[in-house]
Amino acid sequence: MSLDFSSAGVFPSSIDLLHILLFTAVVFLVLVVVRIRLASNQPAQMPVQPSPEAKQPAPAQTTPKAESPIVSASPDAALQLLSLLQQEARFVDFTQEDLGHFSDAEIGAVARVVHEGSKKALASYFSFAPISSAQEESSITVPAGFNPAEYRLTGNVVGEAPFNGTLIHRGWQVTNSNLPKIAKGHNTSIIAPAEVEL
Amino acid sequence: MSDVAASRYSVGIDLGTTHCVLSYLPLGEEGATPKIFPVQQLSRPGTVEALPQLPSFSYQPHEAEINSSDCILPWSNGSTPLTGTIARTLGSKTPIRLVASAKSWLCHGGVDRRANILPFGSPEEVQKISPLAASCQYLAHLCAAWDHQFPASPLKEQDVTVTIPASFDPVARELTAEAAKHVGFQHLTLLEEPMSAVYSWVNACGDDWRSQVSVGDIILVVDIGGGTTDLSLVAVAEEDGKLSLNRIAVGEHILLGGDNMDLALAYRVKAKLAEQGKVLEPWQIQGITQACRDAKESLLADNDVQAVPITIPSRGSKLFGSTLRCELTRDEVTQTLVEGFFPLTDIAEQPRQNPRSALTQRGLPYAQDPAVSRHLAAFLTRQKDAAEGEGQEPLQYEDPLAAFADPLGGASAAPASFIKPSAILLNGGVLKAPHIKARVLSQINQWLTTANAAPARLLEGADLDLGVAKGASYYGQVRQGKGVRIRGGLANAYYVGVESAMPAIPGMEPPLEALCIAPFGLEEGTHAQAGEQSFGLVVGEPVHFRFFGSSSRHNDQAGSLLAHWAEGELNELPQIKVELPVAGGKAGDVIPVRLSSYVTEIGTLKLEATLLKPDGQLDTQQRWQVELDVRD
Repeated sequence: MSLDFSSAGVFPSSIDLLHILLFTAVVFLVLVVVRIRLASNQPAQMPVQPSPEAKQPAPAQTTPKAESPIVSASPDAALQLLSLLQQEARFVDFTQEDLGHFSDAEIGAVARVVHEGSKKALASYFSFAPISSAQEESSITVPAGFNPAEYRLTGNVVGEAPFNGTLIHRGWQVTNSNLPKIAKGHNTSIIAPAEVEL
Repeated sequence: MSDVAASRYSVGIDLGTTHCVLSYLPLGEEGATPKIFPVQQLSRPGTVEALPQLPSFSYQPHEAEINSSDCILPWSNGSTPLTGTIARTLGSKTPIRLVASAKSWLCHGGVDRRANILPFGSPEEVQKISPLAASCQYLAHLCAAWDHQFPASPLKEQDVTVTIPASFDPVARELTAEAAKHVGFQHLTLLEEPMSAVYSWVNACGDDWRSQVSVGDIILVVDIGGGTTDLSLVAVAEEDGKLSLNRIAVGEHILLGGDNMDLALAYRVKAKLAEQGKVLEPWQIQGITQACRDAKESLLADNDVQAVPITIPSRGSKLFGSTLRCELTRDEVTQTLVEGFFPLTDIAEQPRQNPRSALTQRGLPYAQDPAVSRHLAAFLTRQKDAAEGEGQEPLQYEDPLAAFADPLGGASAAPASFIKPSAILLNGGVLKAPHIKARVLSQINQWLTTANAAPARLLEGADLDLGVAKGASYYGQVRQGKGVRIRGGLANAYYVGVESAMPAIPGMEPPLEALCIAPFGLEEGTHAQAGEQSFGLVVGEPVHFRFFGSSSRHNDQAGSLLAHWAEGELNELPQIKVELPVAGGKAGDVIPVRLSSYVTEIGTLKLEATLLKPDGQLDTQQRWQVELDVRD
């Protein structure tokens, strides 16, 4: 179902009533959809991987009155990851320290803790793959129809695809993420509890 | 067994000392391979993860310690005690509330295994559970996780195989079966872990396994788990023109495993830090143990890493200043693990009965000698005759006169007598390390070459970490007639102590004789009658018998009466008891009975007393169960 409002004027006036009816129907539909969305209080969906529920209210896409395309991500997942990195790698402890008066050897010793722990945590919850399998600093061709989210062109960006250039960074993408589930009502903002030994 | 066809899955549960793993296999599907079931569990308060292993730990939190809303599992509302990763994590800092190694307690003849004794030695305020209840708890967790995932196929209705150490005594087997039944498993079988490893190997190799072994081969299965070392011998024979497998011997229960090795490394690092004048607190030793576990893997691998730094961060939020740092070198790991646990020894060496080292924990009867090689040597020596009656040719290189040599005669020119395995199958994460694997192999082959026997070869294709769980679910398929079955039966012969009939001599105890009531290899579903010996039981009064097991006497038939035996041949087990109800006669009457044994389809041993009628016939209507594991 699609409507082109600008073309309304070219139709004979005899079907004006039909137009009005159609217009009213569309406005009504949009209102209903917006109300349902507000009521169901669905968490914001990431624009990258729309889930089936996000696709459901299809009529909304046909109107210029759609919701803002900018969504704020739920902080829960981010806080959860921070907590995991703190538990496994002392990540928050490390970043909250002032490194100024420590020697490189001391920082090195602690960096091992942070590196090993982060590596372990990330490996448990994410699978990583480079976006380009070519060797860095080698010449590659970016074909026509490439996804600009995957390949960022820099420098002398002129002309038409395919583009020939040097691969600077292979890029990373997460092919699988498997974060632990959180109990309802669990306070994710507590990244590490205070520990008291009795 | 007849209604097993109703099950859709064959499920194998490796109920380990430190971890449980569940594998499953859809039945009736051609070429299906066992899959590992990720078990949902709490990993920290309020966080649920599906992990391939369920750590075998139970934690009883203090009522104020954790919010009940943070203990919620997908299928329950915050019930305690906690099981799995969270139990291990919380328990590492509060050991008085942690139940660990419940399986080793289950096989500890020195304690009442149904009594609420765990966590052992904790303050009175901490609620205790029995080793049996802990096992129930782990199985119940696996069951709930499965049912949550497959609501249409409840685990209770599936064909479940639970693995147990081959060295488990009859009571530990019975208790494992009891735990499984308590959880509700309707189609249950017990399978010995080394056998499960062999099944897994057969399954992983496909038809190729037949090309790796041949008739007359004796496979030595070495299974080193987190907490125990389990040894078994499997003979390859021929039946109806096809290769068949017989489990011919199992080892004693050795409480020695990978955890001891990590701890040994941690103490090594501790000593090193002490030399630098740094004194460690208990929590730091725990940190080191974890760090050593990771370091060991890279230092025992085939690479040129010579040293791995070990860092133990402070407990407080300030990382700098109090972080401990030291190094673990390849030489140290090799020395501590390879030379410490797998020293090259002579086949005649027996495990040492040292005074307890610092590595033991109170309560459990840990192996006193950490040298796996000596335990292995003792096993092979003890089982020197195990292959008899397997219809095997004497091994090619063996001196035909060796059989006539004095079996105990180390002094004669003949090499010490021991069974000579021709193939080796390894299992357990410890043996993944190439250096340890190579040492085990070279040690066994050194013994074989010294005895002029052909060296044994390593069987390839085993899954060292998950083999036991996978083999168990494959076994469910084998039980339906698909694939080769390993014949096993009772892993020990069992005896009751009988006072010998001789004139009383003042001041001398009548010598004890041992009546064999259950012969070695007695198969599942069969009975054995313990000969003509009858016992007079007093109605209404419990009668106790001394009870013995032997892993090396394979030729005693039920009813054999032993007047003497070599030292160490019979091990005394907790007493057994039979009590006739008063309904069986008048109180005070003496009723003659005969003892018999029965191996259930599940794989547990049952002892029965049957009434002997005046005409000398057995009254099969009047049977009483003999209780195992009785305490004074």
